[in-house]
Amino acid sequence: MRIEVVGVSRQFGEFKALKDVSLTIQSGELVALLGPSGSGKTTLLRVIAGLDWADAGDIKFDGVSASTRSVGERHVGFVFQHYALFRHMTVFDNVAFGLRVRPRKERYSNAEIEARVNELLQLVQIDWLADRMPAQLSGGQRQRVALARALAIEPRVLLLDEPFGALDAKVRKELRRWLRRLHEQLGMTSVFVTHDQEEALELADRVVVMNKGRIEQIDTPGQLYDNPSTPFVSRFLGDSNELDCHVAAGSVLLPGLDTSALPRVSVPNGPAKLYARPHDIAISAAEDGEACVRFISAVGANIRIEAELPDGRVVELTRTREEQAEDPVAVGARVGLRLYRAQVYPAG
Amino acid sequence: MSATISRLPFKPQPSVIPGFGITLGLTLFWLTLIVLIPLVSLFLKSASLGWPSFWEIITAPRVLLALRLSFSTSFIAAAVNGIFGLLVAWVLVRYEFPGRRLVDALIDIPFALPTAIAGIALTTLWAQSGWLGALVAPLGIEVAFKPLGIVIALIFVGLPFVVRTVQPVLQDFNKEVEEAAESLGARPWQIFFNVILPSIMPAALAGFALAFARALGEYGSVIFIAGNLPMVSEIAPLLIVIKLEEFSYPEATAIAAAMLVISFILLLIINALQRWAERRERRR
Amino acid sequence: MAGLAFTARPRKPGANGKPGQRVTQAVLIGIAVLFLGIFIVLPLAIVFSMALSQGWAAYVDALVEPDAISAIKLTLLTAAITVPANMIFGLLAAWAITKFEFRGKSFLITLIDLPFSVSPVISGLVFVLLFGLQGWFGPWLQEHDLKVVFAVPGIVLATMFVTFPFVARELIPIMQEQGTEEEEAAFTLGASGWQTFWRVTLPNVKWALLYGVLLCNARAMGEFGAVSVVSGHIRGHTNTMPLHVEILYNEYNFVAAFAVASLLALLAIVTLILKSVLEWKLARDRKQPIVHTA
Repeated sequence: MRIEVVGVSRQFGEFKALKDVSLTIQSGELVALLGPSGSGKTTLLRVIAGLDWADAGDIKFDGVSASTRSVGERHVGFVFQHYALFRHMTVFDNVAFGLRVRPRKERYSNAEIEARVNELLQLVQIDWLADRMPAQLSGGQRQRVALARALAIEPRVLLLDEPFGALDAKVRKELRRWLRRLHEQLGMTSVFVTHDQEEALELADRVVVMNKGRIEQIDTPGQLYDNPSTPFVSRFLGDSNELDCHVAAGSVLLPGLDTSALPRVSVPNGPAKLYARPHDIAISAAEDGEACVRFISAVGANIRIEAELPDGRVVELTRTREEQAEDPVAVGARVGLRLYRAQVYPAG
Repeated sequence: MSATISRLPFKPQPSVIPGFGITLGLTLFWLTLIVLIPLVSLFLKSASLGWPSFWEIITAPRVLLALRLSFSTSFIAAAVNGIFGLLVAWVLVRYEFPGRRLVDALIDIPFALPTAIAGIALTTLWAQSGWLGALVAPLGIEVAFKPLGIVIALIFVGLPFVVRTVQPVLQDFNKEVEEAAESLGARPWQIFFNVILPSIMPAALAGFALAFARALGEYGSVIFIAGNLPMVSEIAPLLIVIKLEEFSYPEATAIAAAMLVISFILLLIINALQRWAERRERRR
Repeated sequence: MAGLAFTARPRKPGANGKPGQRVTQAVLIGIAVLFLGIFIVLPLAIVFSMALSQGWAAYVDALVEPDAISAIKLTLLTAAITVPANMIFGLLAAWAITKFEFRGKSFLITLIDLPFSVSPVISGLVFVLLFGLQGWFGPWLQEHDLKVVFAVPGIVLATMFVTFPFVARELIPIMQEQGTEEEEAAFTLGASGWQTFWRVTLPNVKWALLYGVLLCNARAMGEFGAVSVVSGHIRGHTNTMPLHVEILYNEYNFVAAFAVASLLALLAIVTLILKSVLEWKLARDRKQPIVHTA
């Protein structure tokens, strides 16, 4: 199902949680809403679900406005951040809940409900936990119950609020992979909220980066990483060096950094801000180099180096172990720095 | 239009959960019917007396003496409960001993036992020939039918308050703070008075105030043991009943209104104390 | 060496060892137990001792005597009306207060708690002022030959007033703590408001509700001051059990008085036992599910 968010605004008292947000999610897509806390991502998810509503704007499911439909009528599967499992019901009863509360004429027989629940529990690989109470489950198991419960109503869209937020790192990675596979298997339009960029970039087809109630950028993970379109996205996604520079006639001036390899930028002349990834800066030993190595960390696949520019600013960069073996630099050495790729925005 | 609505009290944030109008409406309706109208009627009735006659009634010597007796016995009882309540709470939280759980459950007896039952039991116990009355009689102490008896009854009814307010605070008390004090060379009594007592004080005060407020209004457990001599051992609630039985409605109403105002002031103080205690809790 | 029974096992390592501290502990425990013995155990014990002081026959006689029976009946009737009423009110109030955000909420909670801080005598008096002969509705009631004060309706009203906050104040904190996520989950799964209430909310608060009902019932059956003011003490008609105890006691019929009193004392003890059981269940309900690592 295609979801359209059209000019949605939402205000809580004085706080503007969403400011004129528009977005289209294609059928079968897996989309991440990514942003820091307070960016409005959870509010947007709840507005789509019908758990909250827009002060202005509209939500359309397959082109039809959903604003007059209550949360129960929207047929969305919603997975809550803390799972919201019914604590007095077994796993089985939790999953069966959505089927049992249907109006009598739409309700399946008990045998059908049982078969369907068992099928779902198998799908999320916890059929052996059917008789447990939520309090007896681990976090990852609860997550799976919450998902099975949401899927039981045969939703047209799956919405997940910080699905991995309450789990520890190892379980998180495992569940992430599993959810990706499940999405491929079911092909259902899915939207999840996260503040973890790694999660968003690894899992989603497209990522919606949000900040202060607005959408900063919507793109595929690769595009987002390579071509951030706003200073916020540059800062927020991945590691970046943030440097003040000057632009003159489309070229960037930054004392101590060789910027000749950069394409011409379309930024007006004057002060500007430059964002460069550590692996987009090359380093070479040079007697007359303007920069100086201050720190080297040789842990992991890449060598991490901090170099000081003539004006005292510190730039962080990485190079491979091979590069370091061919052209070694040591702490205190004079070096030349060359910039291959960067985002430049007018200052202020 | 919407601006005027939003200024009304009880206007909710919109929510997907249904039933706000009906549940709040019925709550307010029931509250008004059972609690508010009766209480308001008391104030309207006493206001209709006019200030001079109201003042005359509540400053009559018999009324003043009853109020003084109520206040002084309630204060003494609440103070005794304050000290022993702290001690009992401390023992229950800090020490493990056989029967601790039973003792803990017994604390609530004064909440659960009907006051009239407590009244006749205490009177029988402390009468000159009673189990305890006979014990203290040789010392020249008379309890039943004397103001001292009132204090005993009020200690009974107020006993759970201090224990139950202090217990949870003591339970949550951060042991590391205590251990830090110990590592800095503080002696046990110094730790208690300088570290522990200040942090349980708001809760203890709130418990004291609750016990005091409860004692002021108490009737059932007191009237049997008090002796009820006018000007000597007649508490204010009893005086209200006596005035009612004499059909002196204006006097009963005036005394009741005065007592109610005092209870409301106490309620405000208790609320403030509890908020203070909670704030201190959160800060730790 | 009777003191040995109270030798304390300190719960915290580090406080034991020093003999001086052991003595302090034993002394403090001794004082606490003595204090509670004098003020709680002995009053309870004397009720039963007096009730049975002339044997079981006299005890049973006092309970099956017609006035006692009618007092027991009236007490049960009063509780049968006030407890369900307060239960429904408590659920309504707790739903409104905990499931929604609105202005004036804490003021509303204060109003609900108000009867706790009113003297029982005043709680009775207000209904005399409203419905008594000289009261606002007195003349109208008399014209229509209706009796509220010095009759059963007055007793029920006064009891309702006194027990008003019990259920609501047990429900409000636990429902506040449980939040609204489970209800929201139920709605996303297509449940209606009623279905959500019956299948999700109510099962989650059942122990707290029972707890409130239990305390409400104990108070409803045992209330003395308020009921005493409105009842008129008409034997066999408007006497509840506590009032009947008072009359018997004032007639120096101690055995009968304590016999009826012992029923109420038993009620108190049973209430406390059930309360302990419920507190244990309640602690389980309150506990946030612990997140283990998988």
